[in-house]
Amino acid sequence: MIPEIGHFALILALLVALVQGTFPIIGAARRNSVWMGLAVPAARAQFFLVATAFFCLAYAFASMDYSVTYVATNSNSKLPLQYRIAAVWGGHEGSLLLWAFILNVWTVAVSFFSKHLPDQLRARILGIMGLISIGFILFMLTVSNPFERLIPAAFDGRDLNPLLQDPGMVFHPPMLYMGYVGFSVAFAFAIAALIGGQLDATWARWSRPWTTLAWVFLTIGIMGGSNWAYYELGWGGWWFWDAVENASFMPWLVGTALIHSLAVTEKRGGFKAWTVLLAICAFSLSLLGTFLVRSGVLTSVHAFATDPRRGLFILMFLVVVIGGSLALFAWRAPKIGRGGMFQVVSRESFLLANNVLLAVAAISVLLGTLYPLFLDALGMGKISVGPPYFDTVFAPLMTPAVFLMGLGTLARWKKAELPELSIRLRWAFGVSLATALILPFILGHWTPMIGLGLFLAFWIFTTTVNLLINQLKSNQLSLIFKIKSIPRSWWGMVVAHLGIGFFVLGVTIVKGYESETAVKMLPGDVAHLAGFDFTFDGIKEVQGPNYLSEKGQITVSVMGKEKTHLFPEKRLYTVQNMPMTEAGISPGVFNDLYASLGEPLEGGAWSVRIYYKPMVEWIWAGCGLMAIGGLLALSDKRYRMKKRGQILAVENKGVA
Amino acid sequence: MKRFLIPLLIFIVLVAFLGIGLNLDPREVPSPLIGKPAPIFSLARLDDPSKSMSPKDMLGKVWLFNVWASWCGACRDEHPLLVALSKTGIVPIYGMDYKDTRQDAQQWLDMGGNPYVANAFDVNGRVGIDYGVYGVPETYVIDKKGIIVFKQIGPITEEVLRDKILPLVKGLQTQ
Repeated sequence: MIPEIGHFALILALLVALVQGTFPIIGAARRNSVWMGLAVPAARAQFFLVATAFFCLAYAFASMDYSVTYVATNSNSKLPLQYRIAAVWGGHEGSLLLWAFILNVWTVAVSFFSKHLPDQLRARILGIMGLISIGFILFMLTVSNPFERLIPAAFDGRDLNPLLQDPGMVFHPPMLYMGYVGFSVAFAFAIAALIGGQLDATWARWSRPWTTLAWVFLTIGIMGGSNWAYYELGWGGWWFWDAVENASFMPWLVGTALIHSLAVTEKRGGFKAWTVLLAICAFSLSLLGTFLVRSGVLTSVHAFATDPRRGLFILMFLVVVIGGSLALFAWRAPKIGRGGMFQVVSRESFLLANNVLLAVAAISVLLGTLYPLFLDALGMGKISVGPPYFDTVFAPLMTPAVFLMGLGTLARWKKAELPELSIRLRWAFGVSLATALILPFILGHWTPMIGLGLFLAFWIFTTTVNLLINQLKSNQLSLIFKIKSIPRSWWGMVVAHLGIGFFVLGVTIVKGYESETAVKMLPGDVAHLAGFDFTFDGIKEVQGPNYLSEKGQITVSVMGKEKTHLFPEKRLYTVQNMPMTEAGISPGVFNDLYASLGEPLEGGAWSVRIYYKPMVEWIWAGCGLMAIGGLLALSDKRYRMKKRGQILAVENKGVA
Repeated sequence: MKRFLIPLLIFIVLVAFLGIGLNLDPREVPSPLIGKPAPIFSLARLDDPSKSMSPKDMLGKVWLFNVWASWCGACRDEHPLLVALSKTGIVPIYGMDYKDTRQDAQQWLDMGGNPYVANAFDVNGRVGIDYGVYGVPETYVIDKKGIIVFKQIGPITEEVLRDKILPLVKGLQTQ
């Protein structure tokens, strides 16, 4: 009964989405306020219905209803409750439902926080989000129904893929989807503004917090996924340039560009057409990512089973949504006025350069991801594009981007003086260069890449310090008052940029100085790596809820002094008879020690891989700082005013 | 005006490739079951419910396992090829009738010819779940030890049969 309620709620949601996607938009064109007024109640009703469907499916999982095909395929009675719930998005149909649900979370949020918007704009935004929703609900109801019954019911389920039975599975996909789908708000704002022809500073100001929030979620989602891969896949890598990782990374790159370009549009009225294009592209790349994952045109560890009809459906959907919005862009964008003029050396030009670099980076990732497909389509054979391509392309693109980032925050709007900038940054440049040349010799050895990475990381740190000093010494007021008077969004920028510095430093150090060893170990044997002694204490058999585990213990010591223990595991998930490796990790600020069990050898020996990963945690700490920076910017007080009058008052003050 | 059309044009090229890719690739995506033992089952036979069929019975020979249904249009396309193959006697074909009724299935075999040595009758698709069946037809090549060596998602074409399945089967039979 419950699954039928879910199914029925989904059908009703489709009907409501049809209303939401048509009447308000037509009403906005005809200035019919009754039709426009349908947008808000329809959005809320649709949210209620999709949420009902979502919770019905979650209930089916929680109550182990194996008469539902999707539940029987992705769950098992021995699966712990938290993974049974996470299994809702463990397969194709359920992750679509999660997609639709999150789209509705964003839509309903917009319906509540858009009271200050002009009615027409509000109706259009909600209408466009309704149109997107139609596509996804229709997709589920036609070829991917999560509520399909299996009659007679299965006695027990086939279990969730053991790779997904991890706390990461509980948080990573919802976060990632919040980010992906969150760009639909910026997209809807952009399309609504294109239709209405009102691309101005106010449009940019309204879009900014939504875009930043989506970007924060996406950052956290990608960070979580990377961290998950690091400890789950068992060989210490943290980014694989896998097609599906790339699918989440491309919207991130474009979203990052969008955040910066929105700032220019709001503050200086410039880059309007470019900003709109970025907003369209960020969401389009999210949709493209969905297509790549769902259609199975690319092979990936994330790909779900393939069904040509599903791929075709999403492709048609892409054509309508992306093709339609790009056609609208081509039609309306020429009428957008140009922004204010600026000099070659100015904050605008630095931001523009960074924007272009980020966009080119996104395009090169897209190219690398789809290149195998292009070749295959042209009948030129099957190849795979691996990390070498991406590493080669990425470093030269990101180096100037990071360098300009340091300059851009210091440069003035409109026109900055190059001599003045270079005098201010002399010492920052000197310190970074000296660090890049000297520090590697203290750490062990010097290579050009280590030098470059250190230079960039310290360039960010030193220019940030310079920026802080400059901001705080600018007038005679007390320090505390000055700190308080600086807007939160400024602090957000500083923290997020520091995050990039942490990230670059982490990547540089771990790539430059990591080491590993693979040894055959009997209980009592000792392995040596990077000044640590690893003693293999033996293996214990442990029974998990739905797996058998052989759990090793390794004692780590330095010069005879015990430091920590590592517990690498080899699990056998009994339902699917699938072995899994769980790494044993001792994380630390300056290094991670990482062990994973290989195969059992004769005589009670095991093959063991041990990794020394210096400063690898800084990679995720950096991402975390970026997300915190985004949240700080969001907490800025100018976003906390809801009433129309207050905003107008501020605007007037700004003009005066 | 023209430069604002560039994004759209790029997108159209992209869609063309994605569309081609959609038709190319899905059948080539390797199944996670390849290299693994064929999941064990014991199902009633289609022609005689009192007899059962299990992959264990086929140990020691190379065989094709074809999942089909009378309601499946693509199976109709592939069927003559299977009938022709069965007449050559190169490799035995075992079938599994998926989510079907005995009457419809039997009628279909009477009409189109019966290439199968025997058919298992998977009325609710439970065994199909074990084999990761998402759409019929699907065909597996299983070796003498009962290991799945190859999986074809979608109908077998003449090319696939000639270039992939038959050379593979001949290689496995000499092992």
